[in-house]
Amino acid sequence: MTDSCLKQLAARRIFQVEYAQEAVKQGSVVVGLVNKTHAVLVGLKRNAEELSSYQKKVIEIDSHMGIAIAGLASDARVLSNYMKQQSLGSRMTYGRPIPPDRIVSQIADRAQLNTQQYGKRPYGVGLLVAGVDEAGPHLFEFQPSGLTHEMLACAIGARSQMARTYLERNMDKFLNCSRDELITHGLRALKETLSQDKELTIDNTSVGIVGLAGEGAKGKFESFKLYEGQDTVPLLEAVEQSESGGNAGESMEVDS
Amino acid sequence: MNHLPEIWGRPRNDIYGSYNPSYLKTSGPITHTSSPTVTGTSVVAVKFNGGVAIAADKLASYGSLARFTDVKRLRVFANSSVVGFGGDVSDMQYIDRLLESIDIREHYSTHGNMLNAKNLLTYLSKVFYKRRSQFNPLWNHVLVAGFDGNGAPFLSSADLLGNTFSAPHMATGFGAHLAVPILRRLFPEERPIEDITKDNAVAALQECMKVLFYRDARSLDEYSIAVITKDGVEVKEDEKVQAQSWAFAEAIRGYGAQTA
Repeated sequence: MTDSCLKQLAARRIFQVEYAQEAVKQGSVVVGLVNKTHAVLVGLKRNAEELSSYQKKVIEIDSHMGIAIAGLASDARVLSNYMKQQSLGSRMTYGRPIPPDRIVSQIADRAQLNTQQYGKRPYGVGLLVAGVDEAGPHLFEFQPSGLTHEMLACAIGARSQMARTYLERNMDKFLNCSRDELITHGLRALKETLSQDKELTIDNTSVGIVGLAGEGAKGKFESFKLYEGQDTVPLLEAVEQSESGGNAGESMEVDS
Repeated sequence: MNHLPEIWGRPRNDIYGSYNPSYLKTSGPITHTSSPTVTGTSVVAVKFNGGVAIAADKLASYGSLARFTDVKRLRVFANSSVVGFGGDVSDMQYIDRLLESIDIREHYSTHGNMLNAKNLLTYLSKVFYKRRSQFNPLWNHVLVAGFDGNGAPFLSSADLLGNTFSAPHMATGFGAHLAVPILRRLFPEERPIEDITKDNAVAALQECMKVLFYRDARSLDEYSIAVITKDGVEVKEDEKVQAQSWAFAEAIRGYGAQTA
């Protein structure tokens, strides 16, 4: 072991891992939150230049699970492909959707191995994993270090602190709210992170939702649904309405 | 001390003559089991209102020899499912170890083991199919009893080829010939499962175990019985066939040294 290695460990720090965590902070923000019935992921998509397409932020893994990414999209693709394979494997051998906590610990093990093996580097991506199992909806945060937490609400990526503040302040409101209200809370948290000259549009907003099926539905779970482009119009309108409605009951003109 | 490992533990050449080295051969064609050796006979199971009952006798036969008389052929999984094994007993023990390792792995999960009987059957049929495709089958026919994903009673079978088959009452081995007709008479197709009580189901299994002991020469009058309900699995490992009457044996003609 080299001298610098020993120094790192004496300080209980591995710089490579810390640099990887910086990559997550550079990525555009994603927010996740759960209530009793649903788990929601929302993300702010970025385009590299005016004429290019937007980078995907929310990815469906299986019909009961999706992820939102912040950081290196190519590393996220590796992880999401692995998660898709594992989910399919579970459906094949056991005929059941893989429990989200299981797959999260699997990717955590993989990521941790990358932090201590010769010739490897940590994944430069953070994930929010939203899924549903027999016990209900779950949200997990995954970091390049291999650290994972189950969360009630979480935001990662650039300027995510603003979203976390919103989530902390409004937690009691969304724990028992409806499906649509949960999406609105997610989008409002996302909106908090925007700089002055930016706003949420149908092009830069991604929403994913999964949860328990309502009364009288066919299956137990409501399949993962991804809203992008035109599909986000009603969701963004709901955000505007909730903001104007929240203004001490005073109706306000909102330009759309 | 002799330093050649291949000599260790073998009869000494100077006393017993030289050892036949062909026994040490590691090369040559791979050979697989092509018939079971120590076997268990029938497993019988019935669905009833709110659960499933399953029974198997405690005999492991070595050919026609009643070799072991205290073998438990019902395996409880996660206190919610039961697997009943017919066929090779060593393969049953191998599958038991597979299930044990799955159970341990599943319990690492925060919410505990959530594999239900249906998931278990899917898994077992894949294991059987994989092994038969390697031309090295696990020589068993199993019944899996428990509940499916919607909480309804579940009963299904998987065989050594990976086939699965499901019915409201089923039996493996000789029971498929002797017990299923009895069960069909007691619980005809038009009688809904909701009409069958737990006591009906247990009584039917007791009757089946008796007939099997009468007519299946590889069976025993001691058996295990398990009742799976929403409250968990209730297993009795030392049941005995009650009220045996061999009077009917007098009337049997055509075997042995009878003259008339």
